[in-house]
This record gives sequence, structure tokens and C-alpha cells, in this order.
Amino acid sequence: MGLLSKKDAKLITDPLADNNPITIQVLGICSALAITADLKASLVMGVAVLFVMGVGNVVISLMRNIIPSKIRIIVQLIVVASLVIIVDQVLKAYAFELSKTLSVFIGLIITNCIIMGRFEAFALANGPYRSFLDGIGNALGYAVILVIVGIFRELLGAGTLMGYPVLGDPIEKTGVFSIGYENNGFMLMPPMALIIVGLIIWVQRSRNKDLIED
Amino acid sequence: MIEHLELFFKAVFIDNMVFAVFLGMCSYLAVSKKVATAVGLGAAVIFVLAITVPLNWLLDQYLLQPGALSWLGSEYADYDLGFLSFIMFIATIATMVQLVEIVVEKFSPSLYNSLGIFLPLIAVNCAILGGSLFMQSREIETLGLAVNYGISSGIGWFLAILAIAAIREKIRYSNVPAPLRGLGITFIITGLMGIGFLSFGGMLTGGDEEEKPASEPTVKVEQIKSEDNAKKLADNTKNVE
Repeated sequence: MGLLSKKDAKLITDPLADNNPITIQVLGICSALAITADLKASLVMGVAVLFVMGVGNVVISLMRNIIPSKIRIIVQLIVVASLVIIVDQVLKAYAFELSKTLSVFIGLIITNCIIMGRFEAFALANGPYRSFLDGIGNALGYAVILVIVGIFRELLGAGTLMGYPVLGDPIEKTGVFSIGYENNGFMLMPPMALIIVGLIIWVQRSRNKDLIED
Repeated sequence: MIEHLELFFKAVFIDNMVFAVFLGMCSYLAVSKKVATAVGLGAAVIFVLAITVPLNWLLDQYLLQPGALSWLGSEYADYDLGFLSFIMFIATIATMVQLVEIVVEKFSPSLYNSLGIFLPLIAVNCAILGGSLFMQSREIETLGLAVNYGISSGIGWFLAILAIAAIREKIRYSNVPAPLRGLGITFIITGLMGIGFLSFGGMLTGGDEEEKPASEPTVKVEQIKSEDNAKKLADNTKNVE
């Protein structure tokens, strides 16, 4: 960590666990859950949010002294919307199939509460470099949860990871399927994402008693 | 008439904003501690959706779709401004929310007092933008249907937040494991309610929804995720057999 001072490094590491945007700050759940049925979509979503948050935080932080506070919400929305349009167009150009699966959820990054939340709470009060680190950190914290949920759902639901069959073939009965294991197709249904996040919160809070609500 | 009823039931139960596509989860979790506030926010969401979805439908029809500009003259007929839809939709929503707030404050102070504090929150509620984006991707045909879609998806969201608020008021008296208290148990309850709402899936088709996509080659690519998942599930069960 020669490049980063201790305080700056904390900006990145804090949101990964103890101040995680999804499980602690309860932000950005909207788009997080619907697309986690497989790992690939979760990863792409994580990268998209990383880009939007990193760049958006810097832009807002650079403009923080010239934005009139009364219309700051609209200014923030316009900045995010422009960045999201870039992400959407890039996905449509280079990964059309994937952008079809993600459908409206890329667009919903605009109203992702993490982004607005970090703009309001951090970028409007701090310089561009620290805002950039904060954006990256929070986006990583968001991506970590997406990837964990995505791994569980794809592995248990379809027996694959990133589309590769890791548990053997359910039809030919190879791998673990030969000893009677079955895919739990229920994991692919939307409500299971909520239950998995609930379980992650449970694990996290029982490891760190400070986070328990009364 | 029949397509209005069908759209209504589809938007309220089958494609429920919260349980099927998880839209508006942030405010759903944050404002569901008391039934009274939940009702206020729910009403505000219905109200704003009923205004913004038809407005964005008009924008989509006459400005954004490929060929939508043909009313300006034939030389504009092959413009496709679709890539602007995010920014147009969110701008409409943000300005409408602001406008609605001012109008309501002026003409109905009592309504303003009950909705007031929630209105600014709503501009960044994913359910509102999601309503407009789903309206666009599902190609809703007429303005009447767009109004219907806005109102009925709002009602679906209202039902969801009302139910979770009632449950959370009751659950305070239960003995929930300490680390799960608050947020964790709310997630799990919402998941269980979502599983309950899955059973509405066959309501309009008599349960043969899974068969349809396979036999129809013209089926749209932008099918919603849950239908896709239901198909995967069906394939899985077939494999087991």
C-alpha cells in the first residue's frame, strides 16, 4: 500500500465488509438482486457500477463548488444517466446477448441508491481523488455481494459457473450427479436472491456483534 | 376491456414490482417500519407512476422510437433516438416529481402533508424509472394501456409495502435471532412472500405459461427474467425425468 495513505486505503477496504453498501447501508438493492441468477451477469453488473461510480464520483466532486444545492439532484441524475448511456451502448455493441439478459437493469443503475447516496454523502464534500477511491470501494463492496449471490445461485441452481458445468452433467449423470445429486432449480427463481442476501447478513452480523440492530 | 383487465392483474400480481423484479427495494426496506408511513409512500408511488408512465409513453412514441419523428416530416423518419431514452425518462421523472410537489402543496395542503416528505424520495425510486423502462421494453400499445400499467404497477408496489410493514410491526414481538433482527429477517420474509407470489404465475394462462415460449418463434427477446427462469426450471425437471 505504498501508493495509498492509511486513511485512503480505508476508503476502499471499509465498504468491502464493515460498511458494505448492500448489507449495512442498505443501498442499491433494487438492481442488485434481479440479475444475480448467473455469475456472468453479476460480474458485468459489478463492472458497470464500478465504472459509473468511479467516474461519476470524480465528475460530481469536480463540480461540487459550482452546483447550486437546490437543483443538485437533477444535476446528479443527468451525470449518472449520461454515464449509464455509455455503459449501455458499449454493452449493446460488444455483448448484445448479455445486454438482452440485463435488459432494463442497466438503465436502473441510474436510480441505484448507492450512486446517489455516495454523491450526496461523499463526493459533494471531498476532493476528486478521495471521491474516486470512495466510489471504487463502494462499487467493489456492491460487486462482492453480487458475485457471492451469483456464485451460490448459479452453482446450486444450474450446476454451472460462468456457464461452464463444474458439477458434471445432469443428463449424462457424470460428476456429483452420478451419486444422486440434483440441481435445485428453485435457486434460479427471483425470491431466492433475497433469501441468500438475508443469510449473508445473518452470517456477517453474527461475526461482528457491533452491527446487530436492536 | 379484456386487455385492460389482463394488464392490471399481470402488473399487480404476476410481475409485481417488488416480488418479481425487486424494484424500489431501497425505499421498500427503509420506509416499511410503520404501516401509516408505508401507506403514505405507497400512495405517492401510485400517484407518480400514474403520471410519469403515460408521459414517458408519449415521449417514447413521438420522440424516441425508431421512426417516431416522422410527424416532423419525412426527412426525419429514419432517426432513432432510442439511446436517449434513459436521460429523457429520468429528466421527465425528476421534473414531474418537482412539479407535482409544487402543485400539490399549492392546491391540497392536506394531501401535501401526507405525501409531502415522500415525494422528493420518489425521484430516485427505481420503481418509477423501472415502470417507464418496462413500459418501453414490453411495447405497450395505447395511451390508455400505459395509464393502466402505471396505476396497476403502483398498486402492486403499494400492496407489497403495506404487507411488509404490517408484518414488521408484528414481528417486533417475536423472538428473532439477534444477528437476523431488522434487515436480515425483512429480506428473508420478502423472499418468502416472493415465493408466494410466484404461485400467481399461471393465473392468466391456466398454468401452461412454460409451454408457450417454446412453440412461439416470434417471442420477444426481452422476456422478463422470471419467465426465463421458469423455463430453465422446467428444463431442469425434464432432465431429471
